Amino acid sequence: MSVSGFVQEKDKREGWNRPPVMEPDGEADLLEVAMGPHHPSTHGVFRMDVALDGERVIRLKPVFGYLHRNHEKLGEGMSYLGSMPFTDRLDYMCPLTNNWAYALAVEKLTGQEVPERAEYLRVILGELTRVVNHASAIGFLIQEMGASGTPLMYAFKQREKILDLFEALTGARMMVNYMRFGGCRVDATPAWLAAVRKVLDGLPQFADEFENLLTGNEILMARSQGVGILRPELAVNAGVTGPMLRASGINYDIRKVDGYSIYNRFKFRVPLGEHWDVYDRFMIRLLEMRESFGIIDQALKGIPAGPIMDPKAKLRGFRPKPGEAYGRIEAPKGELGFYLISDGGPNPYRYRIRPPSLINLTVLEDMCLGSNVADVVLIFGSVDIVLGEVDR
Amino acid sequence: MLGEGILKGLGETARNFAGSFVSAERLTTVQYPEERAPVIEDTRDFPFLVYDGSDWEAGLRCVACQICEKECPPKCIYIVKSTDKKPDYVGKPQIYPTRFDIDISVCMSCQICVEVCPFEAIKMDTQFELSTTDRFGGLLYDRKELARSNEYYHSIHPTEAAEVDARLAEEKAKAEAKAKAAAAAAAAKAAAGPAATAAPVAAKPATPDAPATAAVKPVDMETKG
Repeated sequence: MSVSGFVQEKDKREGWNRPPVMEPDGEADLLEVAMGPHHPSTHGVFRMDVALDGERVIRLKPVFGYLHRNHEKLGEGMSYLGSMPFTDRLDYMCPLTNNWAYALAVEKLTGQEVPERAEYLRVILGELTRVVNHASAIGFLIQEMGASGTPLMYAFKQREKILDLFEALTGARMMVNYMRFGGCRVDATPAWLAAVRKVLDGLPQFADEFENLLTGNEILMARSQGVGILRPELAVNAGVTGPMLRASGINYDIRKVDGYSIYNRFKFRVPLGEHWDVYDRFMIRLLEMRESFGIIDQALKGIPAGPIMDPKAKLRGFRPKPGEAYGRIEAPKGELGFYLISDGGPNPYRYRIRPPSLINLTVLEDMCLGSNVADVVLIFGSVDIVLGEVDR
Repeated sequence: MLGEGILKGLGETARNFAGSFVSAERLTTVQYPEERAPVIEDTRDFPFLVYDGSDWEAGLRCVACQICEKECPPKCIYIVKSTDKKPDYVGKPQIYPTRFDIDISVCMSCQICVEVCPFEAIKMDTQFELSTTDRFGGLLYDRKELARSNEYYHSIHPTEAAEVDARLAEEKAKAEAKAKAAAAAAAAKAAAGPAATAAPVAAKPATPDAPATAAVKPVDMETKG
């Protein structure tokens, strides 16, 4: 089976996009288990209705909606600026990339230009966010394997340093509300850039430590290799994006494909998986983190002086011309897109989000069928979701 | 060798554990109520109202324009306008809020009220220990509870406050120059026309107590590489 780029190829075999339907052995009754919504291993209020034959998963139905906050409808009743702080609360592990995607959509709608310096700041912050997200995603994944705490705390130690940087610049650790249409809210001081450099210098050491701690670990390998295989055809068909897709061996990174913002100026590689399993997803995140260090380094070297806001940009009370725009970025979890329709009013007529977490979660059943129930939690962890984004 | 990876990992853990005794870098926990991590200057949590001078009621900068009330995403601000007017910092008579309530339990610390305020009247606090036993009334702050002096603002956000003061001083100087010009024009008119009525408005001399010098953040940034 060869997949060229992300073009779908029709397979002649029957039922190629689904694993074979699982049938229970013999006459035994199925055991139905509701995993969640309060299961300590899930990433939030998420339920999996699992039908088990012994240890084997026969059916799995993801149930979400427990954290639904009416985000999209709220956005339609609110000015364009008013939705910006709410985007922080979508994927609360990486608020800055959410800000960025929304700002990109509105900038497309109004046709605003972003100054150079603001673009560099966005890239630095976006890549720091990717480091934060991937480090904690790996931490959670290992936690779900049973290593209670140590890797997660190592990741969180590093995360805290980066969150301190965010706080020094934007005023908040997580609910940053930093990007604006046509630039950024506050400028970075030389002291802040120096602090980023200092944290960045410590990051490769952290990645080495993390790798020493985990990659060669026999228990981790035994638990994750060959588990939760996601075949590339299915990944493409289901619209899976981000590290999940790349772990399935498909070279699709919106930073390369769209070259949005100024990503075509930076040199970085896109790691791809070969075995399509949980271990590949874990390794892809580690490798992507290392690539991010390189991007931040290049951005810090290249950041120019200048304004950070488009002088024509208005903060409030603007009315974009009727039309529609879709702004998308490579968020740490996958393609995050905001789709806006304007009818010429101060509010968007339609405000729609394409959340990577939700769409990556749709292949959960296909990855879990036939595996042991203990692996379900692990496979779920390898998807790396945040329920704030799934339910919105 | 089987188990090599595990041993390597355990070595890393041991290195971190032993390292936490010798290097402050590896010891990251701050024992909160006894010790405190330093507060970062630009941090923010909930809004407060700035007043000038010593009397909070007379010195409030807010002119009840209600822009923040309109723009607040979770709609946690409630303002009632006054019917009379009082002079603001440039001496212009302005409406003031007879009621200014912020429901801190609804506020999401987004800072949009601060950004849209044209009068530098509302700013973000850094006070985070706000727990109370009264769930409803205790978290609904009225304008007296929200009022903080400009000195307090300087003590929590020194750089930002200095910038704001410089901007306000500039505005005040501009307003005074304008008033002076208007007075001069009126005087000239009065001298020229014999039937001119007295022009009492803007005739009073400008007060020269504006603090004109204040530290401003350097504008151009250092470029790296």
